[in-house]
Amino acid sequence: MKLIFEKSQGGRRGGELPRYDVPPAKVPDELKRERPPRLPELAEPEIVRHFTELSTRNFGIDTGFYPLGSCTMKYNPRVNERLAMLPGFRDLHPYQDEDAIQGALELMWRLQEALIEVSGLDACSLQPAAGSQGELTGLMLMRAYFADRGEGDQRDTIITADTAHGTNPASVTMAGYKLAKVETDARGNVDVAHLREMVNERTAGLMLTNPSTLGLFDEHIEEIARIFHEVGALLYYDGANLNAVCGISRPGDMGFDIVHINLHKTFSQPHGGGGPGGGPIVVRDRLEPFLPIPAVVKDKERFRLDFDRPKSIGRVRGFTGPFGVFVRSYAFIRSYGPRLREMSEVAVLNANYLLARLREAYDLPYDRLAMHEFVLSARSLKRDNGISALDVAKRLMDYGFHPPTIYFPLVVPEALMIEPTETEAKETLDEFADAMLAIAQEAEDDPQLLREAPHARPVKRLDEVLAAKRAIVKYGFEDHPDLSDTKAEPRQLEAQKGA
Amino acid sequence: MAASESYPDDLKYHAEHDWARIDGGEAMLGITWFAQDALGELVHYEPPNEGDTIAKDSAYGEVESVKAVSDVIAPLSGEVLEVNAKVVDEPETVNDDPYGEGWLVRIRLSDAAEVDSLLNVDAYKQVVAEA
Amino acid sequence: MLAEIGVSSVEELFRDIPAGVRFGRKLDLEPALPEQELSRHLEELAARNADTSKELSFLGAGIYDHYVPAVVDTVLQRGELLTAYTPYQPEMSQGVLQAIFEYQTVICELTGMDVSNASGYDGTTVAADACYVAKHATGRTKVVVTEATNPQVRQVVKTYAPGFGLEIVEVPHRGGVTDPEELRRAATDAACVIFQQPNFFGCLEPAPDLAAAANDAEAIAVAHVDPISLGVLEAPGAYGCGMAIGEGQSAGNYQSFAGPHYGFFAARNDFIRRMPGRIVGETLDAAGERGYVLTLQTREQHIRREKATSNITTNQTLLALGGLVHLSWLGPQGLREVGETCMGLAAYAQSKLVDSGLEPAFPDRTTFKEFAVRTGRNAQVAIRSARERGVHPGYALGRDYQGLDDVLLVAVTERRTPADIDRLVEALTP
Repeated sequence: MKLIFEKSQGGRRGGELPRYDVPPAKVPDELKRERPPRLPELAEPEIVRHFTELSTRNFGIDTGFYPLGSCTMKYNPRVNERLAMLPGFRDLHPYQDEDAIQGALELMWRLQEALIEVSGLDACSLQPAAGSQGELTGLMLMRAYFADRGEGDQRDTIITADTAHGTNPASVTMAGYKLAKVETDARGNVDVAHLREMVNERTAGLMLTNPSTLGLFDEHIEEIARIFHEVGALLYYDGANLNAVCGISRPGDMGFDIVHINLHKTFSQPHGGGGPGGGPIVVRDRLEPFLPIPAVVKDKERFRLDFDRPKSIGRVRGFTGPFGVFVRSYAFIRSYGPRLREMSEVAVLNANYLLARLREAYDLPYDRLAMHEFVLSARSLKRDNGISALDVAKRLMDYGFHPPTIYFPLVVPEALMIEPTETEAKETLDEFADAMLAIAQEAEDDPQLLREAPHARPVKRLDEVLAAKRAIVKYGFEDHPDLSDTKAEPRQLEAQKGA
Repeated sequence: MAASESYPDDLKYHAEHDWARIDGGEAMLGITWFAQDALGELVHYEPPNEGDTIAKDSAYGEVESVKAVSDVIAPLSGEVLEVNAKVVDEPETVNDDPYGEGWLVRIRLSDAAEVDSLLNVDAYKQVVAEA
Repeated sequence: MLAEIGVSSVEELFRDIPAGVRFGRKLDLEPALPEQELSRHLEELAARNADTSKELSFLGAGIYDHYVPAVVDTVLQRGELLTAYTPYQPEMSQGVLQAIFEYQTVICELTGMDVSNASGYDGTTVAADACYVAKHATGRTKVVVTEATNPQVRQVVKTYAPGFGLEIVEVPHRGGVTDPEELRRAATDAACVIFQQPNFFGCLEPAPDLAAAANDAEAIAVAHVDPISLGVLEAPGAYGCGMAIGEGQSAGNYQSFAGPHYGFFAARNDFIRRMPGRIVGETLDAAGERGYVLTLQTREQHIRREKATSNITTNQTLLALGGLVHLSWLGPQGLREVGETCMGLAAYAQSKLVDSGLEPAFPDRTTFKEFAVRTGRNAQVAIRSARERGVHPGYALGRDYQGLDDVLLVAVTERRTPADIDRLVEALTP
């Protein structure tokens, strides 16, 4: 398929702009643009065709089953898209006066209250732009909390699990903390004995997700919380796996003090090819003073932004956060109400059903009931037939499914992390299981077919090594001189100069 | 074309999968077949600068494949005399010839006694077997 | 299904959860709303906001009312793009990957840089990203930011600074712009210098001189720029900058009460291995056909973990895609025209206000699509009175800057007309 630049024809454009009878403004010579940017030059029909063609080469939840573990790829209700585009939300400027944004502020406040209820904590900030930013914000809160108590220099280390998502250690470094890793035991729980050795008065806190990235609920979570609280440290909950436990077990009740929630996971913000998302944080009362500014507060019957927060860590993002994401997540939550519990029940049911269907054909590193996701290993396929998790993933594409997450968590070799979510019908789960079983058989009968997969996608297997070596990260206009001669003329005030 | 598994007799080894070829007061350093196999095809080598001091058991550089990045651990201490420019330009040289053309740095040893703490080929093969 | 699993009830699936942490009651949330009632509730909330259909708005200050062509909505509603995630499996995601590659190209073209990432969260966090890159590239721990840079950008940089181990130094504005000599003195031992072009006041900075001042001090020059201006203003890469960042919203996104939007981050090739965020690269497939993949992933958190160039995972791809579509629809000619129109209309508005008796806050400065004007009274009072006439006249600069309590920052985009400007003048006449 051609790149949009390869479809450019000099002088074409998508549409005309309005013309006004005002004097032209002059840019000082030393600041003026010398050469126009080589933007695409296409008429509107060609633009629409180009992006439509691109979309046909892509697979989303709307296309089919997308069991990417840890990402909670659930169906995105379309009404939420319509609601986010209401002019009262879509065309609202963030600096409008407070009386002019009461609907927006109320929506945010109500969303905060719902997240507080689901997490079992006390105060919420919607500002962080994604889970990773929520993590970093949570760590900044810890830092501010301990500094406020005079323990800032004393507490320099955060403990993460060896099964942790890569964002956890990356966030720890960005927050200026040292990193320590606790091991996972044979049942997939945090190794409590190892943990006890590590936790001391230099510990600022723990970062953990529960259920873990193995899809297992930590059976010792109460003991873990005690260990940290006893030394005056805090517990941070990575909310990536919240879809498993809404209304069933709340992170605040598990003993966590700070929680981030991934709105694009549990609360159905469409993933958009990589984003946007939302990473609000919910905290225990004693951490509330440190939350980012501004806070959204309710004052009798009105809502306002509170900037008078002397202990706040400051601002982590522009304005009050990704509002369009809040609209969708709030709508999602309002469409479930207390039935969010059923959402989690079905998510867990679907995962366990798939696990039951697949456990004989693949290796199961931890023989327990799963939560909303589970991890299998292709280790035996590798040993017996030289087929890796990567090969299984590529072959699944030929069966019409997006592959699960592979090679994560790191503690499981040839890992396949499967998360069906609650919005999948049993028939879909069965089709997927049938495909996985067929592939396990193909690994024995015709391994070369798997090694050369996919066969049925718009491209064959792509060479990532070549990409890293060449590092071609933009279109090479220089290699195509006929497309480099871009023109852009100063505006003519009279008759149109047409394309 | 990646090399087949081998561990030359005439080299000394470090448990972090590095080798050293001692030559008087100097040594040539690199990573073993096991290390390059685990990483996959190398796409980048981040070397130290000539003149830098490196310390035994510490990282002196990095190698990357598409799916992993790994510190390169110094088996011996010394001053970097030469960095292998061929590997900087064509990192896959390490996969093709980890002990020959795929050497990473040449150093002047600062403490010859450190050589005694390195593993011989049989001891290293044991490390590989248990990995 | 329960039989296949080997349990007798759904409740049994949760048996591993200790009793002490089980949630024993119903969630205290309002009952589920079916779609029609849900819509009514949200419509009611939306109706209580004064959006641009209800009030003529000259608000800017970082978020702008530019025209979003209908094709942007068309593309962003394609389910295959909207409901996909990060293209970890490239053979399933050539649509998103190619789109990001095209976006990266467009950003590099606008900014004159060699590499762009697939987006950052917004125009504020990309400034923090730039500081992180600069610190690791130079080994220095001081960052210089101009006071004329968006206050929120400066606030976010200051929030991130302690964790990054950075000292932040601000260079004050002088009559609405920055003095290159003052900047040069401040930039000694700095890792980078961040300035905004056009700046928060809408004024055109002496950007090449500011970049030169940074380079003289061996600090990296980082320009925070407006994508809509880059059809008429020079690309940062052409006047000595090492990085170019900014808020993308003006290209392709609705205002949406400030989000979600996208931050863009572009840099010279020297910094490619330190870049935060996703980068898409070109490659070949097993049949020799061209295709696209996420590349240089060893920079990122899922591989490099605690040594990653950033913790960013989920980014703002869909919004960046909106930017790509908008900029493709404009083309180079359209982008130039938008810039000229905004600039011309803003200058026209300023001259009309001056004619009506108001003073420019920064006389003799060339401005782009915004300008600061003295209202002759407290700006908040001027706003209230204008809004009674159905016009929001702009942002009260006194909220962020000393001595400017009577000053309004007025934004004029290509969506405003001369008739709108007449209403503005009338609304600001006491």
